[in-house]
Amino acid sequence: MNKLTAWERLEIIRNKLRPTVRDYIPMIFDEFFEMHGDRLYGDDGAIMGGIASLCGRPVTVIAQVKGRNIDENKASNFAMPHPEGYRKALRLAKQAEKFKRPVICFIDTPGAYCGVEAEQRGQGEAIARNLKEFMMLKTPVVSIVLGEGGSGGALALGVCDELAMLENALYSVISPRGFASILWKDASKEKEACQIMKITAEDLLALGVAEKIIDEPLGGAHNDPKQTAENIHEYLLKVLEQKSKIPIDVLLEERYTKFRKIGDFLEEIDY
Amino acid sequence: MLEDLFKIVKTRFNDGETKNDANTKVDIPDNFMFKCPRCQNVCFQEEFEKTNKVCPACGYHSRISAGERLEMTVDKGSFVEYDANMTSKNPIDFPDYDQKQKELREKTGLKDAIITGEATIRGIKCVVAVMDSRYMMASMGSVVGEKLARAFEKAADKGLPVIVFSASGGARMQEGIVSLMQMAKTSGAVARHSEKGLLYITVLTDPTTGGVTASFASLGDIIIAEPKVLIGFAGRRVIEGTIKQRLPDDFQSAEFMLKNGFVDMIVERKAMRRTLAHLLKLHGCDGGTL
Repeated sequence: MNKLTAWERLEIIRNKLRPTVRDYIPMIFDEFFEMHGDRLYGDDGAIMGGIASLCGRPVTVIAQVKGRNIDENKASNFAMPHPEGYRKALRLAKQAEKFKRPVICFIDTPGAYCGVEAEQRGQGEAIARNLKEFMMLKTPVVSIVLGEGGSGGALALGVCDELAMLENALYSVISPRGFASILWKDASKEKEACQIMKITAEDLLALGVAEKIIDEPLGGAHNDPKQTAENIHEYLLKVLEQKSKIPIDVLLEERYTKFRKIGDFLEEIDY
Repeated sequence: MLEDLFKIVKTRFNDGETKNDANTKVDIPDNFMFKCPRCQNVCFQEEFEKTNKVCPACGYHSRISAGERLEMTVDKGSFVEYDANMTSKNPIDFPDYDQKQKELREKTGLKDAIITGEATIRGIKCVVAVMDSRYMMASMGSVVGEKLARAFEKAADKGLPVIVFSASGGARMQEGIVSLMQMAKTSGAVARHSEKGLLYITVLTDPTTGGVTASFASLGDIIIAEPKVLIGFAGRRVIEGTIKQRLPDDFQSAEFMLKNGFVDMIVERKAMRRTLAHLLKLHGCDGGTL
């Protein structure tokens, strides 16, 4: 595996030719029926979801959608979801629980949308609810970061039994640009931010946030989308088989523990 | 003449400070006056203290320390602190993070941005967590996440209700992705406490934003807010930058959240203790199983 810096990987995932979930779905699943709407307000184009078949096995797919051109990006709001997107995700996840299908989430977002209407419709509440409900969802959940995993907007699809990262994908508390802007009041220091943020797949494995790195072809997924899709496919078959064998109460306990143990603190003990 | 020019400059830019002029020099102590950040009204600090740090002109409930909050909320002498000696390490080796924390610990006397523990409110036992904005704007890192998770777990074990006074700028950037994961960790702890049929009340205080709004603060069975406080997900400047427009003043206020359906009630500070006690009582809380 070639050791690229976070900055180099950021350039790879920003490549216009990088495959999106729309490219991957037909290559990974035999069938896919897209389902729309949150039943409360509307249908968000930034998050798509539906029922798919993975080698004959029914699964629910929930994904953040990056556009491949300006029209697609307009329709999907550059993969920045509104609250109704997260609520659609939760509706489909609950449906998966009912019909005992595993849930597969594909994460690829700069973050949840920051706008007036998003605030009015409760962006914070929508994300919070997903974190709580996914933690207790009685069916296996696997999340894969395809490109950018930005902030709470990514985490809302990231409470799972196992988190995998494509080799060049990044996952961070905020975009490197936002990080530089908040901490140094200078958004142009993006490259410096990349250097210290610890956001590559390897960093996340070391920090106990991710469990698996899925290989990309040399130079990045865009050099061979088919191969990348095959790698994802292979991983999904393996992980779902493994997670489906675990009794649901054990699985939920392990899911909670996975997040419960993340943290770096010290306790002085008084004698 | 040149001197005069400088005088003008100084006067203009020393807004709010004493004029540095030999003739008018008066010793004014710090915190003598309070200027409301919402309505810009100025009043004597003494008057402001008397109203529990509520702006007498507009009713803005200003930020108070965790100590002050506990004092005005729980029964005297009833508070027993949990995990008092927990401090954060530096998970992503962020430059100067250790040093900054050391300075803040000395300045505020706090170990991190939250105090958790057990107390009674009008005799009713509960677990209480209070965030303190003086410590890195009460951002959520490992310590805030861990202390909250433990507080919820203890409450679940003991069959106690939880009351959280939230205040936060959001996730603690200096702890990188580890801080983001605290959102999942605390929300999970809330979920497990809730599964046991136990009550969780959140009180949103100034400011409740970012990753804290998008996790445990929005998950209370009952969500209370103090008047005029800031509550929201994205920062105001970020939104203004996105839409290229100035936002109305009441945007992301407690009142805005109430109108949009994300807060159950707005309760004034002077009525908070009474309100909490009544709500606890209505949920049959009588001190838990221990």
